[in-house]
Amino acid sequence: MADVLFFENLLLAFTALLTNKMRSLLTMLGIIIGIGSVIAIVTVGNSLTNSITSEMSDMGANNVTVGIQQRETEEESYESGMRYSGSRSTKVPGDDDVITKEMIAGLVDEFPDDIEGVSIDSSLGSAKVESGRNYANVNIYGVNPGYFKANNIKVIAGKEINSTAYEEGKGVCIVSDKFVNNMYDGDTDKAIGHQVEIEMSGNTHKYYVFTIVGVYEYQAQGFMMTAEKDIETELYIPLNTALAKNHAKGFYSFTLITRSGIDSDEFALKVKEYMDRYYHRNRDFTIMTFSLASMISAMSSMLGTVSTAISVIAAISLVVGGIGVMNIMLVSISERTKEIGTRKALGATNGSIRVQFIMEAIVLCLVGGIFGIIVGIVGGAAGAKAMGYAASPSPGSIVAALLFSMAVGVFFGFYPANKAAKMNPIDALRYE
Amino acid sequence: MSKKKKKIKEIEIEDISLTAPDAPVFEESAEGSQDTEIPADIKAEDKTVQVEDKPAKADETPSPSGEAGEVVIDMKNIIKRYFIGQPNELEVLHGIDMQVRNGEFVAIVGQSGSGKSTLMNVIGALDRPTEGEYTLDGVDMFRAKDKDLSAIRCKKIGFVFQTYNLVARTTALKNVELPMLYGGVPMGQRGKRARELLRLVEMEDRMKHQPDELSGGQKQRVAIARAMANDPAIILADEPTGALDSKTGRLIMDIFHRLHEEQGKTIILITHSPELAGECGRILELKDGLIIDERKGSGRRAVL
Repeated sequence: MADVLFFENLLLAFTALLTNKMRSLLTMLGIIIGIGSVIAIVTVGNSLTNSITSEMSDMGANNVTVGIQQRETEEESYESGMRYSGSRSTKVPGDDDVITKEMIAGLVDEFPDDIEGVSIDSSLGSAKVESGRNYANVNIYGVNPGYFKANNIKVIAGKEINSTAYEEGKGVCIVSDKFVNNMYDGDTDKAIGHQVEIEMSGNTHKYYVFTIVGVYEYQAQGFMMTAEKDIETELYIPLNTALAKNHAKGFYSFTLITRSGIDSDEFALKVKEYMDRYYHRNRDFTIMTFSLASMISAMSSMLGTVSTAISVIAAISLVVGGIGVMNIMLVSISERTKEIGTRKALGATNGSIRVQFIMEAIVLCLVGGIFGIIVGIVGGAAGAKAMGYAASPSPGSIVAALLFSMAVGVFFGFYPANKAAKMNPIDALRYE
Repeated sequence: MSKKKKKIKEIEIEDISLTAPDAPVFEESAEGSQDTEIPADIKAEDKTVQVEDKPAKADETPSPSGEAGEVVIDMKNIIKRYFIGQPNELEVLHGIDMQVRNGEFVAIVGQSGSGKSTLMNVIGALDRPTEGEYTLDGVDMFRAKDKDLSAIRCKKIGFVFQTYNLVARTTALKNVELPMLYGGVPMGQRGKRARELLRLVEMEDRMKHQPDELSGGQKQRVAIARAMANDPAIILADEPTGALDSKTGRLIMDIFHRLHEEQGKTIILITHSPELAGECGRILELKDGLIIDERKGSGRRAVL
């Protein structure tokens, strides 16, 4: 005879809740604050993670960067490869150390199903382009055809560098719209076909001339301290042109664009294994690979840990709220002793009395939890907006909050409900 | 007999007419046909009874107490002690022998401290006797578990308390439904039966009212309807008129008489008042935890 009377008890619980509106509200306040703050924190954390992740995805989450790294005495995992740019200065890689086109071609042949494209760039250095009173800071990069796709660079005027120019290493270039703004007052028609004269500063005095064939849309790369006009933008020339000017045999790094559905973390390991055949005898340099995906996941897991930690602290206030619920349930039960006695005389089992009061505690907590979720989402969204991120509440945390507030109801409602259930009907009936 | 009956009826007429002025049209009944000069009010009263008979018939379930005269309550040497095994052990009932047959209207009368309440608790399965034998409607109460006692209270006993004990903030209708709810009666049937029972006690026009909107007499009528909800083997009324003025008390007593006479209900009335006890068929007088006297009641309805 496990008479649960779910619906009837639910109705009873709501009636009880509405009978003492003020008392119920005050009791729920603890739960509202607890759930609200947890949801707010998770919402802010989630918004932050989402913004950062999407920002990094734009940079190419599926890309695997392969580069040479100075050998260290201790074996390092590829994840620490972030440091390669720092250690490069210690020893300049020679012609035997750099990555050659042949190596890359071999790699593409080895993994045709994984690689969608290859992006190579080779820096020629930075310079200041001047023409009368106009000037623009540029960074000259020799790039391969795959570079533009890998880096989401869109040519908005003119043409892309054609295949002949790539193969023969012609003196053509693509400049940024910012460059056009600086040099040609934003007139792209005037810019295209025009020649850029670049005088490289530094110990090796060099002089280059490139013909502009296209203009790409400049995208700000994070935070810049420089004045708008002084921002250094990239000037792209064919890879072979750069190699010829540099008298270089290869490059320090390149990027692989993996096909969608490929686990880029796993693929990075395979690439390292393949490339190691060229470098396992090299005394000074080794190969390192890393994927942006692994960085993103590391970052979001870190943010997740932080927001979980803060949430746990906030959840402590839920315990306080729960104690409030327990307190008010004890008061309610002692007020309704006679009712409990009557119900027992009318045939209520201990079980049904227990279910009735646990249900009341659950409803109290659940309604508080729902209010808390609303407060939390609104507060969290406001917080995220204030910090400049798109608000994105996490559905998982909402479900978890609902379940948790129910659990609080069961936990803190059980003792009072059990007390009610175990009341002696005679004493309860006689209670005044 | 018929003269006495008429007198009783007259009292009833007065009381009923107070609460049910708009009664349905007369329909001839066994009661009404006895007297040719019945005022319209009686006819009305009889009509309501006619209507009420239906649910009772519809609820016909084969139960051990189904046949009249069968023993419903069988107590042998019931002893109740409190604080068992402690120095201040207290024996309240010293050995009660009592039998109640189906269809009886029994009064248990006694002064306060005589053990009335304890006996009522034992009869009503709210408390277990310490020693003795007690069979209620074929169920051995000594072998019943807590859960069984709940079921017995639910199905076999209808309680009517001095303080009404209606559940607050719950309409009269829902109050009457309560025992059926615990008895597992489906929702639709509960409402139907509760309405019929409230009609029986002439509270149908107030069935949506909450207890605090009802007078004492009205509350007690709802309580009686509630006691009838699961068609129990016995109705146990503990000083049901104790908190009411004499006129309303009379009305309540008349309802019990009606249930007894017209529905054949077994009723146990616990009271301190010899006048009320006198109305019943049989009187058990309790003193110091023992039944000291058993006599037949006069059947004459007291003017309270």
